[in-house]
Amino acid sequence: MGTVSVSEVKPMVTLPGDAVRAIQWRFADRFDLQMLVASARGVARGFVARLVAAGERNTHEWTPAKEEMLQEFDRAGVTAAFMEPEEGGFISGPKNLALSLAAFELAWVDGGAATASLAGFLALAPIHERGTPEQVARYKKLSAPPQPGEDREPWRGAFALTEPIPYVGVDTGMLSGKVRVAEWTEGEEPWLQVDKRGRFITNIAFADFVTAAVNSDDPRIKGSCIVILEEGDEGIFDRGTPTKKLVHQLSATGDPVFNLKVPASRIVGGYTVKDGTMIPNFSHSEVIEAVFRRTRVPVGLMTAAKLLSAVEPVIRYQRQRFRGAEGLNPGSLRYEQGIQQREDALHRLVDVWAAGEAAASLGFAAARLFDALEPLEKQKTAILKERGIQGGRAEMKALRESEERAIELLSLPPDDRRRAELEADRLVDFVLMDSEANVLCPATKLWNTGHGANMLREAVSLMGGYGITEDCPGFLGNKWMDAQLEATYEGPEAVQRRQLTVTMTGEVFLAQFRAWAREMRRIASDRPGTGACTLASAMGLWLWTLNYLRKATDPSGGKLYHGQRQGVTFALADALCWLLASRAQILDVLELEKRGADDPVVAEDLAATVQFLSDLCHIQAAQSAGEVSRICGELVFGYNRHPGWDEEEHRCCFLAAELDEFEEFMPGIAAMAVDVVAADGSHPQKAGPCAGCAGSSEFLRLQSKLTTCLTGSRLAKDRAADTVSKVMIPEALDYPAAGPA
Amino acid sequence: MSNPLHIVVCAGIVPDPLQTLEPVSGPHGPGLKNEMVLPAVLDPWAASALYEAAHLAAKHPGSKVWLVALGPKAKLQQVMMTVAQKAGFELVPVDGPIGGFPDAHSTAAVLAETISAIAGLDKTRLLLFGGWESASRGAGITLQLIGEILGITDQFQGVDRIDMRADCSFEVLERVEGGMHQESVCAGLPAVLGWATGTLAEPRNNPQTGMSNMRTILPALQKARPVALSGDSLRYVAVSLPRQQRATRVVKDMSPDEIARELVEWMGAE
Repeated sequence: MGTVSVSEVKPMVTLPGDAVRAIQWRFADRFDLQMLVASARGVARGFVARLVAAGERNTHEWTPAKEEMLQEFDRAGVTAAFMEPEEGGFISGPKNLALSLAAFELAWVDGGAATASLAGFLALAPIHERGTPEQVARYKKLSAPPQPGEDREPWRGAFALTEPIPYVGVDTGMLSGKVRVAEWTEGEEPWLQVDKRGRFITNIAFADFVTAAVNSDDPRIKGSCIVILEEGDEGIFDRGTPTKKLVHQLSATGDPVFNLKVPASRIVGGYTVKDGTMIPNFSHSEVIEAVFRRTRVPVGLMTAAKLLSAVEPVIRYQRQRFRGAEGLNPGSLRYEQGIQQREDALHRLVDVWAAGEAAASLGFAAARLFDALEPLEKQKTAILKERGIQGGRAEMKALRESEERAIELLSLPPDDRRRAELEADRLVDFVLMDSEANVLCPATKLWNTGHGANMLREAVSLMGGYGITEDCPGFLGNKWMDAQLEATYEGPEAVQRRQLTVTMTGEVFLAQFRAWAREMRRIASDRPGTGACTLASAMGLWLWTLNYLRKATDPSGGKLYHGQRQGVTFALADALCWLLASRAQILDVLELEKRGADDPVVAEDLAATVQFLSDLCHIQAAQSAGEVSRICGELVFGYNRHPGWDEEEHRCCFLAAELDEFEEFMPGIAAMAVDVVAADGSHPQKAGPCAGCAGSSEFLRLQSKLTTCLTGSRLAKDRAADTVSKVMIPEALDYPAAGPA
Repeated sequence: MSNPLHIVVCAGIVPDPLQTLEPVSGPHGPGLKNEMVLPAVLDPWAASALYEAAHLAAKHPGSKVWLVALGPKAKLQQVMMTVAQKAGFELVPVDGPIGGFPDAHSTAAVLAETISAIAGLDKTRLLLFGGWESASRGAGITLQLIGEILGITDQFQGVDRIDMRADCSFEVLERVEGGMHQESVCAGLPAVLGWATGTLAEPRNNPQTGMSNMRTILPALQKARPVALSGDSLRYVAVSLPRQQRATRVVKDMSPDEIARELVEWMGAE
């Protein structure tokens, strides 16, 4: 390697194992989750891997072998992970982290398998979140795998939202389904006629029920809602043709057509009748808001799993690349290290690894947050109900005071007496957590899948030509392609950016963000090698830029930070995601350092593991800082019109004759002047006089400081690369590569 | 059949066989490089014994299975996250050193003492199960020694099948040379059975079984008795991995008979 840095700690011995991950991702004390991980891993690296290796991805149709995968999920408890123990599950309480871990394990091998598992939960989620007690009881019971002594097939579900058929001019914001009253006899349950066409609907090949979003097409039904459709309902339940996906072929996707008559009790969450009109208790958007904010996080974690899963096969490939060559003997550097003799190969792998760590940390932080938020949300609703406040707008209004209290809490010094009172306020707690969740969820979905797809391309490239073959160990080519779908389904990137532009400018979130920047400085003071200081500086630059852009206008007087101005808002959202991922990564390493010594298995190699993971944090923080600097620089300066050489603009330039005069009483000024217009009007060969930085000097100061904060980050990369070249890996991957079954 | 059995399975933990295993010498004798940080699994031979035990117990209502395991309790706990999902059992952990190099006599003494102390264990109904080999080091004598210490003289090794009869006598298939089995009939319990691979597939993970087992496993791990194994009676002169050979020869148009003859010659020479 070109640059050698000497670490005081010996290099990490093995790849981080389960015990390390359980501490980092905070489930070391959750045996139910550790078992779910073991169980999902068994299916993923066993049955699912064999399916992929046998070429089962090479068909769009839903085959018996793919069908058997669902039964494997059932038998291994993956399906039951969504249920409460009394419903046939084994995990009590919120299950965001549980489902995320299961998706992570399945996606380690195949994203389609993970999607097949998640899609079932997605179908049930509207019922779980907003269903009536009867709906929850019925569909969860039917969907639970059979218990000992039971002889039945579990029901499978699909979720049909609003994917329009392309090229027909349908706005993606419009619902493609309609509902009207079919029969309504006085004193009896009304019957509905549901007409819905779906596109790209996962699980549709085998779904027994579908939760479908529909709009009212009848004055007797108000607004929109989600209805539950069953295969046995009267009418058309056509599963449509399989989608010819290039990716995720282990999940069943199709374009179904439904025209069904169903009882009104199938409206998710029920309805009330007022003045002869049915009013669904929840609109379709209220239901999907509750659903998607949770289900998008596991998708982000799927891509994170793929990035981390790439590390071991790439290391093995790099080390063994030249073995078997004539005259190459064991013990020689070329034999033992192969491509890992080259710094570039190591550095690029380190980048992939660092991105995977950050993505996993961000996703699991979001999943844990939703677990914590779930009971708090119920408490919030109960508290407000007690105060006679119910409904969306009334609640929002009532929570404004809590938001002010939350902001106050964030600004108080640690020893302030008022802290205790504010910290004990559950509504303040809710407001803080909700604000964070509203940012972390889209950030996970957007950054993990988007940047993750880019980094998976990098991982594929590290395998050379092997990377884009079916034989590639770890199925890296598939994973790269699959990541593109993960970036698209359950709300494509633009939707996530749009959400972020709203939530990241909330006053509570900005107060939290400022507190996080201070927290990073404190961490940097204790743990200087983590990149926390770099990150704090980047956070400062982002905040300054946001404040600037919210006030600034373009040369035409148009506001820069505006909902329609996505060139500004979306870019700033992208920059924020880098910061959030880096922060989560650093916090996870600190957690490992703090708790690792209590676990004898982890303690054995703790110092080296923490050193290596800290180096990855530093590398990632530097990369985040670079991205933030670039994006913010473009936004701050990019909307200024560049001065030209015309009469109007070159007034700020020196004329050659003027300079001669000035030189007499300011010797040397001529050498410093760059934008000089000669008497004949000629000027230096460039676009125009250099743009001024009036009003932006503070930005340049912060940006310049950020640049110097990159100090040491490449040394960290050298150290990490050194570890990657020495770390022990297993003799073989624990799941098969492609080939004859 | 209403003859409840008391089945004790002795099982150690070993590094995941996919890991790179490199012998190293330490202050306490030989060991495997980085063994503590390598992922571990239940010794595959003993795991077969556990699955057979659970299967047998299920056929004899009222039976009970104990899993006696010696190893660092943190590692045991990790391994239990998977093993506990495979079958119902009660764990009897002993917090001791990891590795395949301790003296089998010391290990057997500790395990026999632990088994004797199991509350409620009826030795007249005892089937002592374990692996006839170990994935960490194939001394293959620990189980026999435990049986001897416990006074169980009916011992069978390389077992692939057991068929219990109504009177608690049983038929047992033991592996013998040439891919053959020896069929024996044992008049009754107690007995020691060192299992080969058995006939059962590895059970699927079932988290519900796991959660049920964990109710007793976690308290047992917390109370695991620490032991230090005596190493005075055994001295290793050298340890090494089996030698790997690669002697490839590319030959075209060789008949199957010639290939077979050459292989037989080669095996004879080894």
